[in-house]
Amino acid sequence: MTAALEVRGLTTQFETRGGVVTAVNNVSFKVEPGKVLGLVGESGSGKSVTGFSIMGLIDNPGRVTAGEIFVHGVDMRKLSATEQRQMRGRDIAMVFQDPMMTLNPVLRIGDQMAMAVRVHEKTTKRAAWDRARAALEIVGIPSAGERLWAYPHQLSGGMRQRVAIATALLHQPAVILADEPTTALDVSIQGQILAEVRRLADETNTAIVWVTHDLAVISSFADDIAVMYAGRIVETGTAEEVIANPRHPYTRGLIESVPSLHQAGEKLPQIPGATPQLSKLPQGCPFRPRCNVANQACLGEPPAHDLSGRRVVCHRPLEAAA
Amino acid sequence: MLSYLVTRLAQAVVVVFAMSVIVFVGVFAIGNPIDVMIDPGATQEIRQQMIEKYGFDQPLYVQYWTFLENVFQGDMGTSLVYNIPVIELVFSRFPATLELVLVAVGIAAVIGIPAGLWAGYRPESKSAKLIMALSVLGFSVPTFWIGMLLIMGFAVELGVLPSGGRGDVGSFLGISTSLATADGWSHIILPAINLSLFKMGLLIRLTRAGMVEAMSMDYVRFARAQGLPDNQIVFSHILRNISIPIVTVFGLELGSTLAFAVVTESVFTWPGVGKLIIDSIMQLDRPVMVSYLVLVVILFVFINLAVDLIYAWLDPRVRLKGGA
Repeated sequence: MTAALEVRGLTTQFETRGGVVTAVNNVSFKVEPGKVLGLVGESGSGKSVTGFSIMGLIDNPGRVTAGEIFVHGVDMRKLSATEQRQMRGRDIAMVFQDPMMTLNPVLRIGDQMAMAVRVHEKTTKRAAWDRARAALEIVGIPSAGERLWAYPHQLSGGMRQRVAIATALLHQPAVILADEPTTALDVSIQGQILAEVRRLADETNTAIVWVTHDLAVISSFADDIAVMYAGRIVETGTAEEVIANPRHPYTRGLIESVPSLHQAGEKLPQIPGATPQLSKLPQGCPFRPRCNVANQACLGEPPAHDLSGRRVVCHRPLEAAA
Repeated sequence: MLSYLVTRLAQAVVVVFAMSVIVFVGVFAIGNPIDVMIDPGATQEIRQQMIEKYGFDQPLYVQYWTFLENVFQGDMGTSLVYNIPVIELVFSRFPATLELVLVAVGIAAVIGIPAGLWAGYRPESKSAKLIMALSVLGFSVPTFWIGMLLIMGFAVELGVLPSGGRGDVGSFLGISTSLATADGWSHIILPAINLSLFKMGLLIRLTRAGMVEAMSMDYVRFARAQGLPDNQIVFSHILRNISIPIVTVFGLELGSTLAFAVVTESVFTWPGVGKLIIDSIMQLDRPVMVSYLVLVVILFVFINLAVDLIYAWLDPRVRLKGGA
């Protein structure tokens, strides 16, 4: 089976005054249809930039400098600008972090969605509105027909995010990239949306890349997890294995600092220090200065280990728990 | 909505009233119109007669009261200089200014807004930088000087366009306007360009600023993520979002140009109201000043009203309320 999305060696660089910064460094991963991949990392780890790079939405001074992006087998980067644009929204769609900002404040929901329908399909305006209403119903918006006439400010944050998801779903794309879409929402709404998205992935066979900093959210929801640090993917594996049995010290640090996994009153373990600036990465493994198992060997580029379906990029991967 | 309109009209009445008081006191402070009106060699007797005829011997508040009484009977007074009713005088000049200004703001909008959109869409391109440089010239070089250059170039050197005047006036829908004749157009084009340059520069900069800001907004990115082509993003998504400041400035400029197009009108000897108001100030022709300024206030009120209504249409979050 062709993967819905396969990324190989994706590298995105930004030209800044301080020199060239590599925000996404040789990132590779793959998502099968109907699966959810959680792309996890702290702020500044390059996870959002990875999403925008895949969409071809990196603006100056940034540029995708290397890599291949296969959307159901088609390499997006080999296409012309127009062909790429035609794939966006139709074969690969994206949902953004802040639902308050994603929708155009001065256009009706129906008009915005109809525009998104008609850019890829020649239909009447009326048919496009019908399609939009159907999409709103799929994501669980009550009285969808009336909502189409509303302006974004008349809807709550959760509703707006559902509208954005419905817009992404309009053409039943092979992949949806979701860039922290529930971060700005209440916990209860977040739960509803996660359940909705999981159901959609299962029912429509859409692959989903869920970018998040919240390991607790993704652990119960994703099939696979890829952990990013300083622009690189440091560990991949199935969600269960990565959570139960982290092999990269960074992943273990992330898991241990999730409060819900601890007893009340217990001191919460932390990863010391902060994410390094991409322009001033330490020599060798970028996690070395914060790592509690690092030694002299870590001053060299970390090697990748393929361990039975897992992949860890580390000099000293942790032992598998018994 | 209705309460909004009523509030707006009430405000207008107050402004007109206050403005008329200011003009009365102002003219009174400048000097006595009688000194300008009559021959310095006239006898004291004639002088006294004139003063009494126009009521200049009365205290100011009495003069003002008489004026108000007349206004409420539909009589704005008679020009002291031209000796014809001021309403007639102002409206004989006003269409000339109106047509000139409409053509000028039309040119400014048709060129300025697209140029600004482009400059904001590709801010790093050479053409965008050229547009921005020209826009600075547009509102920093004095109007009268550009007007003279235009006359030198097109009327004197090339001889293709007339240097001044309004040209033939035709009738269109019962309104006599030079826009109805080819000769009229040839006369209006230079002063209109001259008048439009400042506004064009302003619109370019305003549109560009809005465009640059909008290009980095999430809704634009989201539209791109849907696969919309750039031209559709600009015209269907962005333009409406950035229109509010553009409409505001457009309205203000429309009003102030109608009221004070005097520099261009003088350079091109265009028979509009701008010239009339300057003359009437020089000659202390109080009735003309007052009724002209009342007209200006009414114009501004209506333009602002139109701007507010356009806001509400452009941005669904704007609600028109009375009171405020």
